Amino acid sequence: MANMGRVVGISGPVVRAAVAFPVRMFEIVRAGKEALLGEVIRIRGNTVDIQVYEETSGMRVGEPVEFSGELLSVELGPGLLGSVLDGIGRPLARLREEGLYISRGANVRTLDESRKWHFSPVKEPGDWVRPGEGIGSVPEGTRIRHRVMLAPDSLPGRVDWIAPEGEVSLHDLLCRLEDGREIRLSHRWEVRRGRPFSHRLPFNRPLLTGQRILDTLFPMALGGAAVIPGGFGTGKTVTQQSLAKWCNADIIVYIGCGERGNEMTEVLEEFPSLMDPYYNVPLMERMVLIANTSNMPVAAREASIYLGMTIAEYYRDMGYAVAIMADSTSRWAEALREIGGRLEEMPGEEGYPAYLGTRLAQYYERAGRVRTLGDPETEGSISVINAVSPPGGDFSEPVTQSSLRLSGTFWALDKSLAQQRHFPAINWQNSYTLYDESLSGFFAQELGEDWKALRFFLSEKLSKEKALLELVQLVGRDGLSEQDKWTLMLSELFRVVFLQQNAFDSVDAFCSLKKMKGLLETLRSLDTLVSERLAQGVLFEQLAEVPFRTGLFRLRGIPDPEFSSSAMKWLAEIQKTLRSIEVVVR
Amino acid sequence: MTLYREGYRSVQGIVGPLLMVSGVREAGFGEKVLIETPDGKRTGQVLQVDGDLCAIQVFEGTMGLYSGGTTVWLERDIVRVPVGLSLLGRVLDGRGRPADGKPLGFVEKTLPVNGLPLNPVARTSPNSFVETGISTIDLMNTLVRGQKLPIFSGAGLPANRLAAQIVRQSRVPGKETSFIVVFAAIGITAREAREFLDDFEKTGALNNGVFFINLASDSAVERLLTPRLALSVAEYFAFEKGYDVLVVMTDMLHYCEALREVSAAREEVPGRRGFPGYMYSDLASLYERAGCVHGCAGSVTQIPIITMPDDDMTHPVVDLSGYITEGQIVLDRNLHDRGIYPPVNVLPSLSRLMNKGIGKGRTVAEHRSMADQLYAAYARSRELERLKLIVGEEGLSALEHRYIRFGMAFEKSFVNQGETRRSLDQSLETSWGTLAELPSSELYRLPRELVESRMGKDGTVKP
Repeated sequence: MANMGRVVGISGPVVRAAVAFPVRMFEIVRAGKEALLGEVIRIRGNTVDIQVYEETSGMRVGEPVEFSGELLSVELGPGLLGSVLDGIGRPLARLREEGLYISRGANVRTLDESRKWHFSPVKEPGDWVRPGEGIGSVPEGTRIRHRVMLAPDSLPGRVDWIAPEGEVSLHDLLCRLEDGREIRLSHRWEVRRGRPFSHRLPFNRPLLTGQRILDTLFPMALGGAAVIPGGFGTGKTVTQQSLAKWCNADIIVYIGCGERGNEMTEVLEEFPSLMDPYYNVPLMERMVLIANTSNMPVAAREASIYLGMTIAEYYRDMGYAVAIMADSTSRWAEALREIGGRLEEMPGEEGYPAYLGTRLAQYYERAGRVRTLGDPETEGSISVINAVSPPGGDFSEPVTQSSLRLSGTFWALDKSLAQQRHFPAINWQNSYTLYDESLSGFFAQELGEDWKALRFFLSEKLSKEKALLELVQLVGRDGLSEQDKWTLMLSELFRVVFLQQNAFDSVDAFCSLKKMKGLLETLRSLDTLVSERLAQGVLFEQLAEVPFRTGLFRLRGIPDPEFSSSAMKWLAEIQKTLRSIEVVVR
Repeated sequence: MTLYREGYRSVQGIVGPLLMVSGVREAGFGEKVLIETPDGKRTGQVLQVDGDLCAIQVFEGTMGLYSGGTTVWLERDIVRVPVGLSLLGRVLDGRGRPADGKPLGFVEKTLPVNGLPLNPVARTSPNSFVETGISTIDLMNTLVRGQKLPIFSGAGLPANRLAAQIVRQSRVPGKETSFIVVFAAIGITAREAREFLDDFEKTGALNNGVFFINLASDSAVERLLTPRLALSVAEYFAFEKGYDVLVVMTDMLHYCEALREVSAAREEVPGRRGFPGYMYSDLASLYERAGCVHGCAGSVTQIPIITMPDDDMTHPVVDLSGYITEGQIVLDRNLHDRGIYPPVNVLPSLSRLMNKGIGKGRTVAEHRSMADQLYAAYARSRELERLKLIVGEEGLSALEHRYIRFGMAFEKSFVNQGETRRSLDQSLETSWGTLAELPSSELYRLPRELVESRMGKDGTVKP
């Protein structure tokens, strides 16, 4: 019999209840006649404050509040992939059966009980099972083998009985240990508590994104954390969706946290038809979507990122590389601020609660590349990619700054680039990565020692451009040398052809490392060819008719296999054209 | 039907637009109340309950309200709006009562004004092109059915005129019926309201719409209600009756100021510029009530108008709106001062859903590349204008002079269309006309074959 309290005050999503028994911090309650789900967030004597995950309008003073004694948890098991959950883990497709709108108090199980899974055991009676270790597996989609595990917080045990290979569903018993404990397909885990692992591993493998500017200049490590801040209209969502589509993670957990409903719809409509570039299976098979749009209850927005992280950790424990993307952290922080305001807490910077940084750290620090607990041979990782929406595009605000302290890669989106329709609008002057050193080994092995030189060539030209443009502002273009004029043009080509990438073009949306290297090499050879001619006395104006841009655009659109031969051919043509230009003697 | 009513005469205090009542038994959050005073009735809504103390926001304002002799009746229901097909062609006040002198017609049912969040799984992506007849929107920042696309304006800029023009001209190509207009005037002046209504009457939109008018002189608290009434009515027409509905809300700045007023009276912790911390969620609860859903022909398209104080796009109201809406149309004072109408500055303007509604099979195949080409060329010309100020006319090359000429032609003929309605084809022709200022080798965003098919002997495209 659960403990019952009663409602004494209501203010938006915060409900105050009177109790006559001890309660736990963050304990789950069912508030009011409609049994709305909520969480205890403050205890003061005999009254407790509860954040309610659903719209409270119509709730009355005096209505009952049921205290469960448990913390907010989510059911983990096969069937999470490809599903769309709300901020507290209810599948939206099942809620949809009840109407267009999300009704209140609906109690729907996260996983589908009617689905059958094909179970193959790996343990036999008498075998020991460590916490987090698999007793067998079921295939989830075509690629993922879902490990059925002993919950990682339990004690080891010996198998007494295990189910034979065959079709099973959620309520079937799969394994009984000698001490009487039972293992089924799913187990529950408290979302605010990180799942344990054996130990952390270094950041020496990259999370490849297929985006040229990111993979060449600001690469991110598997298990690392990246922040994408940008004002509205700078392409945060398009960038995140590109990453969700093309990055080399096995599983993507995408959290639409306080953003637009139509964006979630877009993902839902587009992803099932897209193919994974690495394994050629539908992208939806590796996605878990958590949708808590801006008009859905604000407290559930706060919970949604912990829910997403718990699901990510669950798949990490099976040995997969998981990327978790939250769009956007600012909306989550605003939810904290709103709840804090309703509790009349003393505000910190810009009205955000003083514990903003601590809470963010609790989220970011659950990322990492690790050896899992159950099997010392397995490694898994969680990479965090969070969008931040700073008010007015001002990066000095608290959410951006707190996120920066906790992350290793900063991809700064720039409004003026977006206005020039330069996408992805990532500013190459402000952005940085801290994983450069630890990843250099991987890149050298994969792309050769030349890669470092090529990267340097690119960044050098870009910084040279900045200096030259400042000079032009002072002395005008005529004051520049022929070589400098060419440098300006070359860096424009870099920007238009290399740094810009069309997310809506079927070939250009994803670029392999090899092609990035090929493009850079082509540009470097081009630079050598042109500089040579300029040194011989050709004037910059004489280059006006050479079709650099159209040629490079065409090259960019050529699929991988034919790329290097086409690039060679094009360079040869350019060389011929350049040779045909006569040196004017002045 | 309730058999008994509960009334309380224990008014504890009146703070700004709020009425505090004590001793209330089992007050409901968001509950509607009737306030009876010696000189008339008012309505209100419970904003906060703390034990037996209730804070009630009074929609009519608290001016002249007695602390004694006032009875507060609990209605035991949330605030609802009556809906029915008979609403078409009606002008109502900011609380949904007839303002045109006629009685309220047949009411089909009442709907809660707050609505419920649409299940994202139930939505379909908005993807049908709306032809607004305005070149800068149709060709470069395309509006699609079910989008929320605000107009960011400055004081004195013709946002209302543009909104009225969009209402007048908008069509979904291939559909017989035009949009039903639901109009929410939020704290606008009597003059602006008159202009809108006259314009709607002249063009016939009046018979095909529902109009909620909250004037600047009306109570500020009422402004919190007006857009919600309008959106509930819009949802009724769209999702229950299958109409395409165009909701125009002007001006959202006034709405947010009313929100701030109530927040201040409740002594809440203020956020940026004194606006409450929950303003994002509150605005989202309005803006997100747009879209298309599975299995339903109708849609809700929103055009909110937001005045940027001091033309500042980082003002919290403008900024938060920009984060929720799907793009923005930005009006520019500089263009307006030069007599260009509509003064749309395309560079900061954006339509996020544009790509869904354009291209082969929807509009024309080259739609996206034409928009990109115009953006790139216009951005370049603006940049060169700035450079010209530093290095002078002589410092620019021949090509750069042509870019500057393009920029002028673009503003003069493409942007500056006046009150005329341009079909998409006419907009496209006009854009080719402006691109003729550039050598065709610069038109690298457009498909090569297309440029060549229009290229004359002198290396430029023909208008």
